[in-house]
Amino acid sequence: MTVATLPTRRDEAYRYADLAALEALWPLPAERIVLGVGEEGAKAIVVDAAGPQARDIEIVLGEGASYDLRVLNAARAYGRVAVRVTLGKGANFHFGAAQLAGGDQTLEIVTEVVHAEPDATSHQVVRSVLAGHSTGTYLGRVVVDRGAIGTDGEQSIRAMLLDRTATANARPELEIYADDVKCAHGCAVGELSAEGLFYLQSRGLPPAEAKKLMLQAFIAEAFVGAAEEERLTQAAIAALEGLL
Amino acid sequence: MLKIDNLANEVAGKPILKGLSLTINAGEIHAIMGPNGAGKSTLAYTLGGRPGYEVTGGSVDFEGADLLAMEPHERAAAGLFLGFQYPVEIPGVSNVQFLREALNAQRKSRGEAPLSGGEFLKLAKEKAGLLRMDMEMLKRPVNVGFSGGEKKRAEMVQMGILDPRLAILDETDSGLDIDALRICGEGINAIMRKPDKAVLLITHYQRLLDYVKPDFVHVLVGGRIVRSGGAELALELEENGYEAVAA
Ligand SMILES: Nc1ncnc2c1ncn2[C@@H]1O[C@H](COP(=O)(O)OP(=O)(O)O)[C@@H](O)[C@H]1O
Ligand SMILES: [Mg+2]
Repeated sequence: MTVATLPTRRDEAYRYADLAALEALWPLPAERIVLGVGEEGAKAIVVDAAGPQARDIEIVLGEGASYDLRVLNAARAYGRVAVRVTLGKGANFHFGAAQLAGGDQTLEIVTEVVHAEPDATSHQVVRSVLAGHSTGTYLGRVVVDRGAIGTDGEQSIRAMLLDRTATANARPELEIYADDVKCAHGCAVGELSAEGLFYLQSRGLPPAEAKKLMLQAFIAEAFVGAAEEERLTQAAIAALEGLL
Repeated sequence: MLKIDNLANEVAGKPILKGLSLTINAGEIHAIMGPNGAGKSTLAYTLGGRPGYEVTGGSVDFEGADLLAMEPHERAAAGLFLGFQYPVEIPGVSNVQFLREALNAQRKSRGEAPLSGGEFLKLAKEKAGLLRMDMEMLKRPVNVGFSGGEKKRAEMVQMGILDPRLAILDETDSGLDIDALRICGEGINAIMRKPDKAVLLITHYQRLLDYVKPDFVHVLVGGRIVRSGGAELALELEENGYEAVAA
């Protein structure tokens, strides 16, 4: 995914990017993770830098390999995490990400998951919480190559707008060139339930605490089961407190 | 404890309460009965401070303070508890976490020390026991997957834990079978029948009042209290219906 020249808006994966911020970071350092046959790996990335940050990660999974990647995108300026994954036969990729934006920030998560061979599974869970005039983007392409039968790909994408002035771009995409594959995506943008908030407040929780509790539950699915679930959750709560 | 004076309000631009007055003293149990659409839940929500329930006239004094000037969470900290006719499901948030945070937020605003995890669990266990509710249920998300009766019992467990001065219970008896009705009735008595507490029961039926004996019964029709009396008024309503009694 790394390209030598600075991308433009016409480049699909950079359609909503903050190109001015990106220019200062360009070219992005290449990060590459390669797992051999049957290997297992996991990584938790917390992006919470004060300045703009962009990561470009390439993951190649060999036959039967398994990788669990979690991302908390809580950058305080522009924050972008792009991941390109190629799955070998029977490989398994799990991706859980949350992004929390406020002010006039742009945060984005861009994934491309290529099922190159049969029987691999990919499962993506992305939760965005967007306040103020922020923009949160998820672009996720799942490609099932010719012959990659028995593929199981799933994307669960949800965004919560805390203010009507925030924007969520959520674009799960499927490109399927094989038969006998199981791919599903769900995508929803919503607001916190006013009824739920009143219920929590009526028990004594101040509004910000009530919202925090509901948002914590909303993003929990992105981190559930992670080896570093506790660290991710605590960092997310700290970031949420900054938004409320 | 509570003095409602000539309260009027609007919901979505439509007047619902039209000059409702009611005084509740410490140690008293009041019941409000009335036909569907009379404004019973509207009264409960308005006292709880639900957004969208706009007060257009009158006043409400709660323990010497202007209740209507307070935010919903401040009303709770001041000692008001609202038992919902339809308790709300909050996916992903466990009862235990929610109630501990709520109780400690209330305590903090009253200048009291927070309860530790252990202290809270002991308290929750005691109140759950009172309502014959398994602690395992309290570890589950708030009201999610609870039956109608379980939701109402969970409301009473919440009330026990939060220990309010005044409980407004909106149709706590609806959706309860005979056993659950008795358990809830006994729970209300155990938690709230005390000289320094008071209860406002909103109900359609006499059956809850068999367990929680009211000192006063009021009939709410068309946004106003049209008649008040003692416990015998509930029996009269049961026998003759609202129309006859309100006429
Ligand atoms: N959120 C709402 N929006 C519009 N009208 C409402 C709303 N809530 C209640 N009402 C109306 O207010 C009136 C009183 O309703 P409610 O207080 O629920 O009655 P009760 O609890 O006595 O059955 C009804 O006419 C109902 O249609
Ligand atoms: Mg009602």
